[in-house]
Amino acid sequence: MTNPPHFKGFTPIGLPEEKNPVVLHYEEYEAVRLSDFELYTQLEAAKEMGISRPTYTRIYESARRKIAMAFVKGRAIVFEGGKVYFDSEWYSCKACGCWFNHPAKEDEVKNCGLCNSTEIQQFHGNGKHTITVDYCVCPQCGLEKVHTHGVPCNKDICPHCNCAMHRKGTPHHNGFRINKC
Amino acid sequence: MKVAITSSGNSPESLLDSRFGRCSYFVVFDTESLSTEFIPNPNKENIDGAGPASVQLVASRGVKKVVSGEFGSKVKALFDSLQIQLIVLNDIDKNISEVIKLLNHK
Ligand SMILES: [Zn+2]
Ligand SMILES: [Zn+2]
Ligand SMILES: [Zn+2]
Repeated sequence: MTNPPHFKGFTPIGLPEEKNPVVLHYEEYEAVRLSDFELYTQLEAAKEMGISRPTYTRIYESARRKIAMAFVKGRAIVFEGGKVYFDSEWYSCKACGCWFNHPAKEDEVKNCGLCNSTEIQQFHGNGKHTITVDYCVCPQCGLEKVHTHGVPCNKDICPHCNCAMHRKGTPHHNGFRINKC
Repeated sequence: MKVAITSSGNSPESLLDSRFGRCSYFVVFDTESLSTEFIPNPNKENIDGAGPASVQLVASRGVKKVVSGEFGSKVKALFDSLQIQLIVLNDIDKNISEVIKLLNHK
């Protein structure tokens, strides 16, 4: 995925401070960016985000509804690092007891990926498998970027202020002042 | 079709290795020729990035399925984008030849 938005959201003009903003998750922002700004097809956009077409459609629809809500009701929009949806539906097999997913979304699943039994059942759980994305944040200007796994946050330098970043949501301890670089 | 299986050793009697990225060996089984190849996992001791590196390794062998005990979220996402099927065996007492037997259904 590419970078998250470099600003925090939108407020409507001429209305009092919004107490109940619409929260637009990062993947929703990304879906709108890919479909309506980069003009990708849904298939290309889904591929770009590494998710299936149905999952992409779900995220994109949700994004559009939220934006419409903000637009029509005059509510603010706040971007939030939400979740990355990697989709592939999961199934369990009664015959061999394994779990398997189904990356070739277009075909219907009839058989266990391991033993070929037809005694399979879709795993429902919460419907999607999600992981939370970690963000690094600049203590000076508040710029956020997706944390690079395995790279300590303070090795990430804010391109605007040259500040070492820190993990979003983590209290900065050891006597460092977080509003100073 | 080729299938990768994570193995704790280099023989068909070895048990399935439950860790995908840091398993000891990858077994590449070909369901047509019935051949098996044991590949030592060079990423086993990696402090970081063992998962993605192992995805690269098995993907480069042209496998369409991977059998293991667990996959991390990043690894799942990578395999999804490569359209490689994941099979999770909770019962990790199975050895490699038993897994191959399951794959060899008629
Ligand atoms: Zn089965
Ligand atoms: Zn900054
Ligand atoms: Zn970071």
